[in-house]
Amino acid sequence: MRNTKWLVPTLYILFLMLPIYWLISMSFKTTNEILGAFSLWPQEFTLENYITIFTDPTWYNGYFNSLTYVIINTLLSVSVALPAAYAFSRYRFLGDKHLFFWLLTNRMAPPAVFALPFFQLYSAVGLFDTPIAVALAHTLFNIPLAVWILEGFMSGVPKELDETAYVDGYSFGHFFIRIFIPTIAAGIGVVMFFCFMFSWVELLLAKTLTSVAAKPIAATMTRTASTSGYELGLLAAAGTLTIIPGAIVIWFVRNNIAKGFALGRV
Amino acid sequence: MIDKTTNQKAWFLVLPVVVLVAFNAVIPLMTVVNYSVQETFGNNVFFFEGVRWFEQILHSERFHAALLRQLAFTGIILLIEIPLGVAIALAMPKKGPWVSVCLVLMALPLLIPWNVVGAMWNIFALPEIGLLGKMINGMGIDYNFTQQPVAAWFTTVLMDVWHWTSLVVLLAYAGLSSIPDAYYQAARIDGASSWSVFRYIQLPKMKRVLTIAILLRFMDSFMIYTEPFVLTGGGPGNSTTFLSIDLVKMALGQFDLGPAAAMSLIYFFIILLLSWIFYTLMMRNEDQ
Repeated sequence: MRNTKWLVPTLYILFLMLPIYWLISMSFKTTNEILGAFSLWPQEFTLENYITIFTDPTWYNGYFNSLTYVIINTLLSVSVALPAAYAFSRYRFLGDKHLFFWLLTNRMAPPAVFALPFFQLYSAVGLFDTPIAVALAHTLFNIPLAVWILEGFMSGVPKELDETAYVDGYSFGHFFIRIFIPTIAAGIGVVMFFCFMFSWVELLLAKTLTSVAAKPIAATMTRTASTSGYELGLLAAAGTLTIIPGAIVIWFVRNNIAKGFALGRV
Repeated sequence: MIDKTTNQKAWFLVLPVVVLVAFNAVIPLMTVVNYSVQETFGNNVFFFEGVRWFEQILHSERFHAALLRQLAFTGIILLIEIPLGVAIALAMPKKGPWVSVCLVLMALPLLIPWNVVGAMWNIFALPEIGLLGKMINGMGIDYNFTQQPVAAWFTTVLMDVWHWTSLVVLLAYAGLSSIPDAYYQAARIDGASSWSVFRYIQLPKMKRVLTIAILLRFMDSFMIYTEPFVLTGGGPGNSTTFLSIDLVKMALGQFDLGPAAAMSLIYFFIILLLSWIFYTLMMRNEDQ
């Protein structure tokens, strides 16, 4: 029993890697090879798909657009969620429980419900087709999540820390920035990971709120697939490139993630 | 639990969050409510219709069918992903360099944009050029997910298992790693079987994280849109048209704003109700 235990995670990881391998392998094939003969690995190895993406501005701008709104969203969500989570973890105030549940209900709202009203709202305020619109729209589900996780982390910090600091003459702002935030740094890392993740993978709202100037990379892919026939190699190359930012982020948080899950809420 | 002090000034700390979320949630929700009680023939002319659209949706077979498919899909993936995730977490190494490797590789599917997941599975499962499609057909099973409803369901479920089981694994693993070694030693001295170790030590410790896992998987699978839309487009026929796909079809495809808005509100209400039940159960567990 003991000797075969490693088989389970190994087989699972193998299962996870198969579709990813297929995507990467396809990105190095020519369209002819993809549609022509079935082959397990590229027979005529080509970099053409990647060259197209890196030289065509409609492709590489998609990456910058996506990264721009994801980063704005992550910073915005975390910076407003920090004081709110502190309030929920330390104080009792009028309507606090209802407010907390109301925030969570927004995490439960299907983006499909909000797609059309969001389009009208952001057109009305003149933000349509800007990264700011997408960043703001994604706060709908990222702020509740950030508050929820951060509240979990903050409740794990004993209240004596706050009280000692106030006795020592720290003002609230000073204490919060100098002492409290460094104390829950691991939690903030986990929250940023989740905000990045959910904003990076979401497409329905990002696609609805942009047309040309701020089009995310994932939306560029959808259009290519539908208008210019089946350019599978190009599609696969673009898909492969969207995996890279996620992989980098996971690598940075790999040591915090298990610990963070255990301490925090999610 | 922290002993909280009552302080109404805490509202100032919450204010930025409330303003931002209210801008994003309340205004659009009001727009939806507004549409749901009106009829329009274009040109921004609206007529009040009362609850007609709600009655129409609640009695429409199309909505019943989509809701049924949605419930079946969510039920199936929960039944597969939760036990599978727990089993994998139990088999994972507890310490050492392999832990990081496992966690990083397992978390990878979670960070791929959802339409890329759909596109990836599309080219992976295509019967002529995909590895999976070729393999299944090679075993002598006739498989084509673009034409057979059963194959389409199989592929969609398999894709979701591929995409999200890791979330359950990560959560369950975090719950397991919070169990002190002393518990296992005590169990060994008592001669406990591995089943009773699981039943009386590991499962109770995982209860909290598993509730979160079930809640998250329930909510997200109930809202699933992009992956099945890219993979199957809701087809063949309507066989994989889940609630969100049907809703977008109605709102942006046919531009039936009134019925679509009414459906949105019913849809949101169902998620809210079921999540509220989960939430109360979860809180009751925590109080114990």
